[in-house]
Amino acid sequence: MRKLISLVVLLVIVTGIGVSLVVTPFGAEEAEWEPPSRRERVNFGRYYVHEGLEETGATNIVTSVVVGYRGLDTLGEVTVLFIAATGLAAVLHAAAKKPVGSDRKPASLVVFTGCRFLFPLILLFGTYVFVHGHLTPGGGFQGGAVVASAFLLVILGCRGRRLNEETLSLAESLSGLVFVVAGLIGLVVGGAFLLDFLPRGTPYLLFSAGIIPIIYIAIAFKVGSELGAIIDKLSGSPG
Amino acid sequence: MTFLYDYVHYAGCFALVLIGLYAVLVKTNLIKVIIGIGLIDTGVNLFLVTTGYIRAGTAPIFSEAAAQGETMVDPVPQALVLTAIVIGVSVLALALSLAIRLYRHYGTLDLRKIKELKW
Repeated sequence: MRKLISLVVLLVIVTGIGVSLVVTPFGAEEAEWEPPSRRERVNFGRYYVHEGLEETGATNIVTSVVVGYRGLDTLGEVTVLFIAATGLAAVLHAAAKKPVGSDRKPASLVVFTGCRFLFPLILLFGTYVFVHGHLTPGGGFQGGAVVASAFLLVILGCRGRRLNEETLSLAESLSGLVFVVAGLIGLVVGGAFLLDFLPRGTPYLLFSAGIIPIIYIAIAFKVGSELGAIIDKLSGSPG
Repeated sequence: MTFLYDYVHYAGCFALVLIGLYAVLVKTNLIKVIIGIGLIDTGVNLFLVTTGYIRAGTAPIFSEAAAQGETMVDPVPQALVLTAIVIGVSVLALALSLAIRLYRHYGTLDLRKIKELKW
């Protein structure tokens, strides 16, 4: 009975979405049919691709959209991530009575050695990804996730080794502070929040694109420490 | 046939969303429900990226070898999905932590045995 009702609901949703999407034109390819005078107003992506390199100085247009054009939006997204991590800590904190991990079997020698060998390499790769976020594919969110995967490897491979929660929360708070202070400096200097107050520099170089690398590195630290704290809390709670 | 070829990626996104929705509606194991939520998340992200795709387009990254902007795909959906993926991960972690608490309280993950939760 319940499966039947669910299937009927699914069918209704399928026909509804299908019909509404078949009649509505959407997507980047459909926008090419617009006359050229209207195209840039209809399709913001064209505008960003054409003007992004001159206006923000970042050769990675996705980065210039995330941090440059929609920096305030990204601040909100980072806040959502912070609230989710805080909620997880609050949900799991109330029930964590005894520390676990001591009664588990240690990982085998191969995993232990591989973990100790790979951990700095993964950290190095993550740092490369987020430092070069305005030049190459990657950025703060991706680099932070790579760094968090290094923490996950440590927790899996070196049993009993826990992350230092105070260091994680300190890094997370400081990076959030850097983001907001960079925005406030723009407000003081030029009258707009997250205004780019640094010189653009030459494109294709590491020190270019104004405040975009600074903010993206701050985002990387924030994402990495928050995901690391999430992994640490989830692995440390008895099942 | 050309219609199918043109829209097969959209069909893939909707298949992902619907499989996830089916898992959320029908499955009674809480972990499978959370997996379904993850599938819906992935399908929506894939759909958003697909709307910005241009056939035979390149990544929206300038390089000195090929610095032209005409064939680049739309960067806006990619930028939005980039943050949405990280937030999806954290929301899944929050759901899993709630599942851990439920298991500790009820001793089971079967939604039929957890009172007042499933019809």
